[in-house]
Amino acid sequence: MVQQEQAKHAFARVNSIKLKVGALGHAEPEALRFCFDAVATGTIAAGSRLEIEIIPGEGWCADCRSNVPLDDRFGACPICAGGRVRMTGGDVLRLAEMEVE
Amino acid sequence: MCTVCGCGTASVVDVPADEAQAQVAAAGRAHAHPHPPHTHRHDHDHGHDHDHGHGLDHHHEPAFAAIDFGKGLAGVSVPGLSQERTISIERDILAKNSAFADANRSRLREAGVFAINLVSSPGSGKTSLLVRAITDLKDRWPMAVIEGDQQTSNDAERIRQTGAPAVQINTGKGCHLDAHMVGHALEQVTLEPGGLLFIENVGNLVCPAAFDLGEACKVVVLSVTEGEDKPLKYPDMFAAADLMLLNKSDLLPHLDFDVDACLAAALRVNPRLQILTVSARSGEGLAAFYAWIEGRAAAALDPIARLA
Repeated sequence: MVQQEQAKHAFARVNSIKLKVGALGHAEPEALRFCFDAVATGTIAAGSRLEIEIIPGEGWCADCRSNVPLDDRFGACPICAGGRVRMTGGDVLRLAEMEVE
Repeated sequence: MCTVCGCGTASVVDVPADEAQAQVAAAGRAHAHPHPPHTHRHDHDHGHDHDHGHGLDHHHEPAFAAIDFGKGLAGVSVPGLSQERTISIERDILAKNSAFADANRSRLREAGVFAINLVSSPGSGKTSLLVRAITDLKDRWPMAVIEGDQQTSNDAERIRQTGAPAVQINTGKGCHLDAHMVGHALEQVTLEPGGLLFIENVGNLVCPAAFDLGEACKVVVLSVTEGEDKPLKYPDMFAAADLMLLNKSDLLPHLDFDVDACLAAALRVNPRLQILTVSARSGEGLAAFYAWIEGRAAAALDPIARLA
């Protein structure tokens, strides 16, 4: 994806890459950090900084009829403690922005 | 827009001449710098010993070339700031897989084929279930299978022995099938209208949950030898599935497996999950599984449903 952006925006170097990672998503931030340097080596992003913004979990509680913060993908509603909560946010894995020159 | 500070366009155009000169000096494009006169010697074969001096003041050549602040990568220069800029992208990292999955889904829909993505841990009995189902159903539906494993084509061989066509995908180091791999496999498999396509994913209860392959539904297989708390330990897979098959039910008399606890765990993770207890060996529950496929396939391939 960084290389695709380079084709569009023409830059010589990537200084940092910012990802948005949902707290309830599939991706593990520590695993991403662990792999990042290895994956970036030999590419235009070599030596760049990886910034990860954690997007908090959010759900819709059918009993409270409201949006509630969610710490656990399959957790109960933090307000009414009911189990009828559907996750509505916090599972993204997105390349948000890059600093380049 | 200025890519450095976000101000309006053409911000560096109307700079007074003297100010521009000051910026030129600050930006270091044209400047004077003194060298003290110095001497150096070369002693080698050609023996040209000589002295030479540098004059005190001289200009670098580029100083007299056109001064263009827009030549940098950012398209504009601000004294004291580098050409670094921020590009806003906001693209989902799995968007590429989703695009391939959408293409697979359209292709399957146009071909009138109902596709099931079969997921589970290794050894839960996916292939045995498929072999049994194909043998039982081959007079009812045309069927094809895409097999995913890291290595070997053993599973595709087992399927072919039933008479159904099978394409093996070896993922090498990969722990799941992705929509791109399945797209290539679809090129090799003959899809008959009104038929079924089973995609047997790599045995793994984690990663395949995140990768849409373009299937109509996901069926997760859990066997009674695995432990009733698997849905709580690996919730993503059970949350993503439409149907759970609790397989190897013929072994239940020999085990301490708590079926009720397992079903409760699965429903806690996914309240909409449908569950059938089956045995590929004894055939228990398979009629219900086939009826489930028939109902889902009829709904998915119905011309009116397809318009929705």
